[in-house]
Amino acid sequence: MHMADALLAPTVAATMYAASGITTGLSVAKLNKEDITEKLPVMGVMSAFVFAGQMINYTIPGTGSSGHMCGGMMLSALLGPQAGFVSMAVILLIQCLFFADGGLMAYGANVWNMAFYGCFIGYYLIYRPIMNSNIKNARVKISLASILGCVITLQLGAFSVCIETLASGITELPFAAFVGLMQPIHLAIGLVEGLVTAALLIFVYETRPELLAGVNEMNATDRMSLKKVLIILSVAVLLIGGIGSQFASSNPDGLEWSLFGNEESGYSANMGLDEEDYGVSSSLANASAAVTEATAFLPDYAFSNDSENPVGTTVSGILGSAIVAVVAAFICFLTGRKRKTVNE
Amino acid sequence: MNRITSAMMELMSMDELSRDSSFVHARNPLAKLIVTIIYIVAVLSFDITNLTGLIPMVLIPVVLFSLSGIEIRVCFYKLRIILPLIIFIGIWNPILNRTSALDLGLFVLTEGTLSFLTLLLKSLLALMMSFILVATTGIDGICAGLRRIHVPSIIVSLILITYRYISLLLTEAETLVTAYTLRAPGQKGVHVSAWGSFLGQLLLRSMDRANELYGSMRLRGFTGEFHYADNDKIDGTDILFTLICLIVIVGFRIVNISRLIGGIFI
Repeated sequence: MHMADALLAPTVAATMYAASGITTGLSVAKLNKEDITEKLPVMGVMSAFVFAGQMINYTIPGTGSSGHMCGGMMLSALLGPQAGFVSMAVILLIQCLFFADGGLMAYGANVWNMAFYGCFIGYYLIYRPIMNSNIKNARVKISLASILGCVITLQLGAFSVCIETLASGITELPFAAFVGLMQPIHLAIGLVEGLVTAALLIFVYETRPELLAGVNEMNATDRMSLKKVLIILSVAVLLIGGIGSQFASSNPDGLEWSLFGNEESGYSANMGLDEEDYGVSSSLANASAAVTEATAFLPDYAFSNDSENPVGTTVSGILGSAIVAVVAAFICFLTGRKRKTVNE
Repeated sequence: MNRITSAMMELMSMDELSRDSSFVHARNPLAKLIVTIIYIVAVLSFDITNLTGLIPMVLIPVVLFSLSGIEIRVCFYKLRIILPLIIFIGIWNPILNRTSALDLGLFVLTEGTLSFLTLLLKSLLALMMSFILVATTGIDGICAGLRRIHVPSIIVSLILITYRYISLLLTEAETLVTAYTLRAPGQKGVHVSAWGSFLGQLLLRSMDRANELYGSMRLRGFTGEFHYADNDKIDGTDILFTLICLIVIVGFRIVNISRLIGGIFI
């Protein structure tokens, strides 16, 4: 997800530099209040560890492909959010300078997209509430926190990439189509990264639990109930799904646009294809379309019986986010259960 | 070659390049940093369809590569990292924008193709300039330059420690991967059953190493600040180098040199 220099306009790059710079400044100010002489070597070695860890491939069962670990959530869990953020910023700088992964002007945007969301949003809004909840099983807690943290923060990062590229005027791709391409790809990546992070943190918890920052800091009275955690997560899902879906365009997406055009908006039919006729003339295609119409309970992200209703789009966004959250939680549950069976 | 070995090789090659001596190597890191940033800002500020205006900007990194004695093709290898995202985002332009920008009868150049080519060229130019900065400066020079512009000490120290430990931890990771691969031949990556313990072992070793490092630094009187020898003063040549580069960059940005040269013949 590293942004390249060429994808950003100077004004957007400067804005992202300012946002990341302020966050770095506040993090450094917080760290300077602590005994940094002790934390600095640990942060340095941990940054190098994340760098090395990212080079190791993990086989994804049943797919034949492989993925790697997520740095931000793991660093926040082990070092705390401020130290994790500064460490991630340093890793990104070294990647940018020595490996051309990202770019000098895109550095601010990359720090924001990959370090800010993972270290602050992921830690304060997802990881810490879940870790301090009264869920009894530590493995379930860690898995839930890691997977939801990685998935949600990566989705936010991918969404930021879309906004930054759109604001830079780089691509002709409509915003909705761009988001539609980016988000599902990063959902899959986030799930794999979340699972790898969860596996690592469970290992740390079982071998050296004192290393997990903040997990054991709160006493029993400060612990948040599962109900509160679920309410916070539900509100987050509603906000992200609800607000995000408002950005969804009523225009056709890029592929539809390129095939059929959008003559109501003044575009000519690009490939001369008629949406009504093309591809639906065969009996098989007709049958397939009928089945799709009948089974899609939210066609085109709106209510089936009222496609003009903007509320339908919002509700679809919320429902979609909720489905993603349920799928993530289900995977956590399966992973925890499988591990339990293996141990027994 | 696996990813770990490839990363180690890249770090080593950048280190070796930065140890050479040339006119560009001898320039103050801060001067090179300023020139690089202004150059990239100028490149990015070109309109997405202004390919002819952008092309003369190639001359600046080409001259710097030539002065430094580093072969340009060395940096092209790094394009493999940024090109996938650039192509993923830019490839839609030729498909979606078919407005004619140049009609030569047999060949029609669309605005979408033009913007895609500009995007590719911008990526290449930004990469070339960043590469020349790092390849002629090295990590110590960059950190000294960052301290000079008052980047917090904690960040600069962290960059130095991280950079030094990357090679060490890459070596450890490679040992682990080699041992695993020998026991699981033909397997593409680490199996799901070993995800936690595999990386966890490396993490625990790293934590122990960090504590040893902290102990040894404290014994040598470390108080949270690294001290640098102040032998990188900006001299007259650095100022002249910066001024000339900036004048050329601004000139190329304002005047469309390609059109100017073309105008002579047409």
